[in-house]
Amino acid sequence: MTSLPAPSATKLGLVIDLDTCVGCHACAVACKEWNDGGDFGPLPDTDAYGKHPIGVWFNRIHSFEVQAQDSQPAMTVNFPRSCLHCETPDCVTVCPTGASYKRAEDGIVLVDADKCIGCKLCSWACPYGAREYSEQRGVMQKCTLCVDRIYNESFDPVDRQPACVMACPTRARHFGDLGDPDSAVSQLVAARGGVDLLPELGYRPVNKYLPPRPRRAGTPCGTPKAASAEAVDPAALSPLLRWVDKLLSR
Amino acid sequence: MHPALSVIFFTTLSGAGYGLLFLFGVGIASGLWPQLPYEVIMPMTIGFCLVSLGLTASLSHLGQAQRAWRAFSQWRTSWLSREGVASVVSFLPVFALAWLYFTPQIGGRSPLAQRVLGALLVLCCVVTVYCTARIYSSLKTIRAWHNVFVAPGYLLLAVYSGGLWLWALAAWYYRNAASGLDRLGLPPLLLGAILLAALLATVLKLAYWRMVDHDQGPSVASATGLTGEVRAFEAPHTEENYITREMGFVVARRHAGRLRIVAMVAAFLLPPTCIVLAVLFPALTWLLAPLALLVGSLGIFVERWLFFAEARHVVTLYYGAQRA
Repeated sequence: MTSLPAPSATKLGLVIDLDTCVGCHACAVACKEWNDGGDFGPLPDTDAYGKHPIGVWFNRIHSFEVQAQDSQPAMTVNFPRSCLHCETPDCVTVCPTGASYKRAEDGIVLVDADKCIGCKLCSWACPYGAREYSEQRGVMQKCTLCVDRIYNESFDPVDRQPACVMACPTRARHFGDLGDPDSAVSQLVAARGGVDLLPELGYRPVNKYLPPRPRRAGTPCGTPKAASAEAVDPAALSPLLRWVDKLLSR
Repeated sequence: MHPALSVIFFTTLSGAGYGLLFLFGVGIASGLWPQLPYEVIMPMTIGFCLVSLGLTASLSHLGQAQRAWRAFSQWRTSWLSREGVASVVSFLPVFALAWLYFTPQIGGRSPLAQRVLGALLVLCCVVTVYCTARIYSSLKTIRAWHNVFVAPGYLLLAVYSGGLWLWALAAWYYRNAASGLDRLGLPPLLLGAILLAALLATVLKLAYWRMVDHDQGPSVASATGLTGEVRAFEAPHTEENYITREMGFVVARRHAGRLRIVAMVAAFLLPPTCIVLAVLFPALTWLLAPLALLVGSLGIFVERWLFFAEARHVVTLYYGAQRA
């Protein structure tokens, strides 16, 4: 059914730290690798080794630049983008077949590829670009929050996490229950002031993003010093260097 | 948004079909019109064909068309599903009217049954076109679609293009009529209604463009949760992906101004001009009515293409747009 279930107490999701993400794309690659062979795969590509490869990825790493403001220097921010497993997602309710659904027990949003007719309407309804249509399979595909890993009892408990979280070399991705205020992820969100993306659209995303920490005041990293560093005061130099400077300045 | 031809053909063809069936239903329900077998059979058949063609075109948009039957199941939440159900239900009054008409000994040419079925047909047409419009206007992610102009626009365009079909059919039948005015084909009331629909559609479309051009949607800062002046710096991929192909269509925006004029002139200015000319020179109606249909359909096709191609999806914020 595409009717949304009653809000679940458990809200599994990701917390993504924009402060520590280094933009290495390891999470995206690990995601593609796992899900190509996982329960929801394959994730085939067209022209994979050719000039114009195109295919489904559940996770895409953008980068944005933020202009300097007040005491804060300009910076680039690496920005991983995937399904936010919203609490009130339109991608589920617009589905005409019931292929798109939100799990009642943990809030994960999934697509049943056997029911999907490939009308693409759910991808139009998603503001986050989380759903990608597979030309080869004729169905819509999306992040599963590695539902085939996190409950997989053949794995050691420590490995029952989404592939992207396992792969992250800087621990910029955290997985947990955001419905539980005492969980590690909820505490992290509270401590770091985690935010919703596009809150004004009202989809109430479960995944949270931790904004970059403020840079320490007085650090010179944002103010280009190159120009002033070029100017040399000959009076401050030793006699030998003053002579060299005079010689070379001729 | 990528203007998929299958979807544009669907909305223009089935829109015209439902408009034609709507006018036909109004005629039957009110008992004023139609009288002759031709006036009953032709709108019914052509309307049925246009609607069926449109629905077939929409099937080609699907990745797994053989599962299309599943789309009838989620009418509780999905406007697309509701539209599917409504479009199939709409066939019932058409079949029932045809059955009544062709088996007069059973139906006994019962005017009441015909009138009730005509009214039902009118209702079904309105509901189906409304559902089609709501598929688009319910999407909060696309500002150009999520507004009050879309549903009335779809309804108005359906009636208008249906009216152009009706006029073309009638004008062909009456092309050799004795009296000049008879050659107009339709009673003045109906021709007036087509003119009124064109006028209303023009006003609506101008107001729509005014709104779309002035309002502002979510910002890239909101899309990323970052504060300050934020700009997309590097895309995640060097090639296109589904998202940039489907939602990142920009060709039309560059030519939007010119295409809007083409759409307005062809859809809403030339067909009414044909009607006025036909009133002045009824003998030329046989030429003017099909011309109005042809040019009008072309204009509506461009308008519908623009409706998709001009629409900016919120996801473009992640690919360089500052506002969506």
